[in-house]
Parts: sequence; structure tokens; C-alpha cells
Amino acid sequence: MKQHPQKKVRTDLNPSRLLTFKIDERDVSAHEDESILTVARQNGISIPTLCHLDGLSERGACRLCIIEVKGVAKLLPSCVTFPRQDMEVITNSERVVTYRKKILELLFTERNHVCSVCVSNGHCELQNLAVELGVTHVRYPYLYPRHAVDASHSRFSIDHNRCVLCLRCVRVCDEIEGAHTWDIMGRGITSQVITDLNQPWGTSETCTGCGKCVQVCPTGALSEKGKSVAEMIKRRQFLPYLQMMRGRQDDSWQK
Amino acid sequence: MSGTITIEPISRIEGHGMITIIVEDDGSISDARFHVTQFRGFEKLCEGRPFYEMPSITERICGICPVSHSLASSKACDAILGVHPPDTGVMLRRLLNCAEFIQSHALSFFYLSSPDLLLGMESDPAKRNIIGVIEAYPEIAGDGIRLRKIGQQIIELISGKRIHSAWVVPGGVNAPLCAEHRETMLQMIPEALEIITRTLTMFKKSLEKYRDEIQTFANFPTLFMGMVDKEGNLEHVDGRLRIIDAKGHIVADDIDPADYQEYIGEAVEPWSYLKSPYFKPMGYPEGIYRVGPAARLNVCNGCGTVLADQEWAEFRSLERGPIMSSFFNHYARLIEILYCIETLQKLLDDPAILSPRIRAFAQPNFLEGIGCVEAPRGTLIHHYRVDENGLMTWANLIVATGHNNLAMSRGVLQVAKRFITGTEVSEGALNRVEAVIRAFDPCLSCSTHALGRRPFTIRFRKPDGTILREL
Repeated sequence: MKQHPQKKVRTDLNPSRLLTFKIDERDVSAHEDESILTVARQNGISIPTLCHLDGLSERGACRLCIIEVKGVAKLLPSCVTFPRQDMEVITNSERVVTYRKKILELLFTERNHVCSVCVSNGHCELQNLAVELGVTHVRYPYLYPRHAVDASHSRFSIDHNRCVLCLRCVRVCDEIEGAHTWDIMGRGITSQVITDLNQPWGTSETCTGCGKCVQVCPTGALSEKGKSVAEMIKRRQFLPYLQMMRGRQDDSWQK
Repeated sequence: MSGTITIEPISRIEGHGMITIIVEDDGSISDARFHVTQFRGFEKLCEGRPFYEMPSITERICGICPVSHSLASSKACDAILGVHPPDTGVMLRRLLNCAEFIQSHALSFFYLSSPDLLLGMESDPAKRNIIGVIEAYPEIAGDGIRLRKIGQQIIELISGKRIHSAWVVPGGVNAPLCAEHRETMLQMIPEALEIITRTLTMFKKSLEKYRDEIQTFANFPTLFMGMVDKEGNLEHVDGRLRIIDAKGHIVADDIDPADYQEYIGEAVEPWSYLKSPYFKPMGYPEGIYRVGPAARLNVCNGCGTVLADQEWAEFRSLERGPIMSSFFNHYARLIEILYCIETLQKLLDDPAILSPRIRAFAQPNFLEGIGCVEAPRGTLIHHYRVDENGLMTWANLIVATGHNNLAMSRGVLQVAKRFITGTEVSEGALNRVEAVIRAFDPCLSCSTHALGRRPFTIRFRKPDGTILREL
């Protein structure tokens, strides 16, 4: 899962280089191992994200955090792009915003996101992003795939209709809980998150039932059973602390 | 002279419907039918969804009576969970239901039917609508708008949202009532009482004007079905079903709604998306029965609240047995509004209404559940089956308008026979044909839910049966 280089822990003996560059014409300084997204947020510049979650490794899956870099033709995902000296980054050009909207619209067309009857209605990151970016219409035809709900787990259920394939569940299960119950199968549009060897969640032998996947899921795809519409409010504050505590067990606390 | 008269769409009802009338060579009317031309398919689309989503999915069936669907659905879910909601949960559900009846009946009476009643069946169709009523009778129109607003505001105060609040959940409701909101609601009650008393007096005085309509608006003997409480009084939320015959004799009483299938059969006709339920022991179509406001007042022994009981007694004295003409649904609606306002007061005066104990939690314990309530338009039944994991495998919804399907078609025929000769028809006569449908206040969008197949074709035919056109 961990795709970008392991973050080095900075100490006096192991200093990281400091850089200066520009975000939206503002001069900012950063450590070389901090992503552009991190630096932007440190400076109060907001970039929309969906798959990123503080406390988990970066995935670069949703592409909502794309930015423009002067001199580079491609748009780059800011969560997995690192600054260079004198780089000029633009986070909110018309081109970027248009693409972000398109990405969101395509996400809505790929699965059956019906907010009105969703457990996460009103507390959904996908819904909030659509509001924030002013997505009032979807210009592409909906695909209406047929996805079943897996309610075989005693406490949780997964509704693939609401999954955006951000893979937060896969990452939190692997990186924090250490169970690696979740994974992904298939390619492209047929991709789907699975438990163990693509078997009903309730029959999974590795799942500890900790529920972290449910809490980090940005939409109503993963939810607690028995919650009615709009009742599923996710708690994610635990993540950075938990990561720190788990890190201490690995002895990295001292490093 | 022979031919077919088609009225499409029927105006001032909820949903889309059509009427066809078959005219013989001599100009007499041989048959008439009420078609529902829209198809929703909720029974099918909810398959595979978790059962606890059902209250909010089925709530979306309707924007006028979502409360009824969420209540019937939650009761079916209660049965799947095998729980009884805490007392306050039951009270709050009932409170919400009262508010819905007030707004829904006000909508039917003032917005949809008052143009016929106040401006006249023959009046200029361009002005025969709520705007026309506002111009001609601003006070009455104002009363109607205010009353509906009170109902909607109370729904909002209880559940957080006027429409589709998703507040009624399996096991109870999801948020308690706060004291401040109770106070606000209590302050609205005197005004609502004043409006309904005024309207009842006005309506009773004007009954004489509608003698022709009373005689012909589905005025024929049928069975009647409605919910009653333990004492046999009017009940909307938690009661048992009672069926009476045209003479007023009870033919089935104390029916647990869970046994509805023993009493109610469902027939499907090729010319409508709307199912035609019938009383099973009598067969189809002899088992024709009616539900709704007048039917409820026909089957019960009284309302159980002071003012509504007086009105009920006066209402029942109109005829010796049960009230036959469906025209009196308008009257019954007003009495039910009064009953709901009084019940609202009673519930709000009980300090237990503020208790935070409002919801029972459980895992699904049963694979099948049936929920039944009285919706403004009549008895509403939700019947679900789920698998081991609580995912829906099958659903059957019998919606109020469906129960009345047979009676509406016969009512149309009765009115057509009285007011129409030949295919040259006056506008006023056509409006009466529509008005008989309006008396039932059907909600077609609610009532067409599926069957798994599409039985619908539109046929235009001559009296000899030759089909002129088929859609």
C-alpha cells in the first residue's frame, strides 16, 4: 500500500532540506518530504480531497486534489506530489476546478449514490464535496450497476452502491489495525473492495470487528447495521492518535 | 352516437389517472373505468436493501402522506425486530400522524375539492382552482392554507423536517421532543380548532346544495373497512381492523393486521396499474369495500374525543345505516381533522411525551413483518420478508387508494349515468366525473407499486367490443 518513500523522522542528526516555493502566488516554505497538499493546508489554502485521510498513507486514488504546476502540462495530485525549489503551484485555476467537477460527476455516475435514503445523508464527504464545488447537475449518463449489499457481518454492512473506491478501508485495516481484511479486486470500472478472499464479510477469518473501516469510509458504503437515514455519523478523530500509539509499540517513538 | 369519452388527465388529484366512459348507440352509458396510468415499482426496487432502510425508502413514495408510509413501514420493521417501541415512542409516532392528517385532509378539502364545492361544479374551469377560491372566498382559502400550514409546522417541530424527515425509525423514533417545541405546538391548537369549527359549520350548512352529487357520488352499498381501538373507537395508528357490511353489521372484527391476507385478496386488471383488493370471503369483484375517512367513521363506535364525538353522532344521523355516498368523505375529513386536533392536545398535555426513552434496539429476530396504519386516504399495509442478514427479499404494499379502486370505477359509472347522455357532454358533467374521484382523494403516486409485470394497455373500444385503438 505504501507507495511513496517512507517518511524519514527528522532529528538534528538527520535534517531534511527546507524549500521555498509558491502556492497560488504566495511564498511558502516546506520540508522536502512534505506533500504539496500538506504544505497548502499548513498555509490555510484548502484543496478538496476524498481519498486522503490524516493518519493514513497516501493513495492518490480520487484525483480531486489535482493542481497545476507551472511548466508541467499534466495536472498533478497534490497528495502525492512533493515540492521542488521555486516551483509555482496553482490550486484553483478554472481548468483545475472544471476537472474536479468532472471527476465528482463521474463518481456519481459510476455507482448508485442516492443521498435521500442513505445512512450518511448530511454527513457524507462525497455529498459535501458536491455542494462545495457546486455540482448541481451530472452531465454524463448514469451506469446504474447492480451491486448487492453485504450484510453478513453481525454489526456492519457494506453497500457497494455507495463505494467510491477511495480504499481508506483497505489502508486503515492494513496500516492501523494490521488485519488486512479488506483488499481490492478487478480492474478499472469493475474494481470492488472485498473482504478476505472475496467472501461474505461475516465469514471473514481475519476481521477483528474493530469497525475502523466503517469510521473512515467517506460515504455511506460502510455503515453500522440498524442505522437509519442520516444517522451514520463517522468518528475519525482517533486516527492520528492511534497511529502515534501504534508507532510507539514499533519503537519508532524514540527515533 | 356511440363512442368513448376519455378524460385525461384527471385534474386536482395526487398523481396521474385517466377515465374512460363507453357510450352506447342510444347515448346511454354502458361502462366506465378509472385507470391509473403511472407505474412506480417500489415493491421491486427495494429488494436487496436492508430492511431498516425501508421507512425512508417508502417515505419517498409520497410527498403528502410520507408519514403514513414511514409509520406502516416502521411497524413492519418493529415486527421483524420483534420489539415494541417504548411508550413515548408510540405517543410521538401518533402525534406525528395527527399532524399529517391535519395537513393532508386540509390539502384535499381546501386545495383540491373546495373549488368544486364553493365555486360550483359548473363554474368556469379556468377559475375553478385554489386561485379562484382565493379570489372569491379569501377567508375560506386563508383558513385552508393556515390549517395546512399548522399541520406541516407541527410535523417540522416534531421531526425536524416537513417532508421526508426520516424521523420514524424501526423500534421507535430517532429524536425526542423538546419542551420548547411542545409549547409552540400547544399555542397553535386554539387557532386550528377555530378554523375547523368554522369550516364544519359552513360545510354542514351547504350540504343542501349538493343533493345531486350526494345521490350519485359512489352512493351504493359496499363493505367498509377501517381501524378501531380496543373500545371500537376511531384509531389511526395502533389498532385492529374491522369490516362492516352495507347494513352496518360487523362481518369481521378484531382482525390483527398481520392476518390481512386471510381477509383481503388482490386482483389485477389489465387496464390499470392499480391493484384491485377485495374482501376474500366474498370473492372478486363482489367483495368490493371502501376505506378512507367516511369508511372509518362508518365502522367505529365513536371518536373518543369530546367535540369529534358530537360531530360523529351528527354525521352518522344522516343515514340510518352506514353513510353510503362517498361525497360525505369531505364531511368525514373535516371531522377527522377535529379529532386529530383534540388528540394532539391530549398527547401534548401528557408529560410523558417529553421522555427521552423513545427507541427500542434489536437485531432482526423474525424473517417477516407486517405493519398497518390508517393513512389519510384509508388503510395502509406494508408487508416485508427479509433474509437471515436482514436484506429485503420481498415486499407487498396495499395502499389506501387501491382498496377504493373498485368503488371508484363504480362511482364514475354512477355519475356518468346520471349526468351524461351521448358523447356530447357538458363541461360541468365531465367535472362531476372527476369530482367523484376527488371525493376519494386518491393518491395514485402512492398506490401503484409493482406486481413484477406490466399489465397496462389503454383500450378505446366501441360498445360491441371492437377495439378502436390500443396504446
